[in-house]
Amino acid sequence: MRRLSRTRTALLAALALLAAPFAHAIAPTRMPTPALQARYERLIHGFRCMQCQDESLANSPVSLAADMRRQIRQMLLAGKTDQQIRNFFVARYGYFILFKPPFVAKTAWLWLAPGVLLAIGAVSAAWVIRRRAALVGPEDTDEDQSLDDGLVGPGKHS
Amino acid sequence: MIRYFIPLGVLVVVVVLLALGIHQAPRKDLVPSPLIGKPAPHFALPSLTNPDKQVTSAALRGHWYLFNVWGTWCVSCHIEEPELLAIAHTGLVPLIGLDWKDSRSQAISYLRQKGNPYQQIAFDPGGLEAIHWGVYGAPETFLVNPQGIIVYKYIGPITPHAWRHDILPRLPAGQTERGS
Repeated sequence: MRRLSRTRTALLAALALLAAPFAHAIAPTRMPTPALQARYERLIHGFRCMQCQDESLANSPVSLAADMRRQIRQMLLAGKTDQQIRNFFVARYGYFILFKPPFVAKTAWLWLAPGVLLAIGAVSAAWVIRRRAALVGPEDTDEDQSLDDGLVGPGKHS
Repeated sequence: MIRYFIPLGVLVVVVVLLALGIHQAPRKDLVPSPLIGKPAPHFALPSLTNPDKQVTSAALRGHWYLFNVWGTWCVSCHIEEPELLAIAHTGLVPLIGLDWKDSRSQAISYLRQKGNPYQQIAFDPGGLEAIHWGVYGAPETFLVNPQGIIVYKYIGPITPHAWRHDILPRLPAGQTERGS
């Protein structure tokens, strides 16, 4: 246990060192309460920067992302809920702006496809295994029986 | 015998699907706007050229207009400028500009140099109005109908081809022109 946690600490320290050059790329935003700060952090990590697309608002240095972070901050200070803030951005930019799209009719296939594919895989695997078992099974027992009987010979079936 | 062809068939299906996926992949820089067919945002912003005056969506009601988001810092907007002047010259639809995250003095001297295609220009130095329109780059152009509904959005610099094939046919003026 102790060794594991030590390794983990070392790894975390290494990661922190790697991340250090980026830590100051974006001026941190201070929210008045820790609860608001936590919500703010969670929200900015959940939105896509529409300009750079593969980065979140939290990590993007472009000015549009800064404007969006400011808007999120102002909405939080105005007492808006997380859902209201998400709806605000989805109404203007579409679901694309969310890194985790919601489960709605339009995105259903996105969420269900992995499960469906897994089920198809499992069913075909089960089918193949059963067929193989059925093919091999009787021959085995046949052989076993003939061994038991002591009547081993190529002419048995003819 | 046929069962040996099943994996091959599956492979062919997968290859065809992947090939289609690569060829039909939507351009990643063109994100469809959820605002098409929806009312354009209400706005009342200071005019770029006359800070005492306002450019408002209310005053634009009842008219078709092209809402063009630009900035002097935006290189593609410079490319688009001659086409905007050409569109303004046709007199078929007024151009309403949104000067996005810009400096007022720079924008004004830019328009003096290159010519001003806009009927009115709203000034949005803070960038909030652009967020309301779902803008993620410049230039972006929205076609708004007299009921205030966004009919079409064009992303990137408007080319003569885009004007003739994507924007003009959606205007009543363009439709009558085609019909005659």
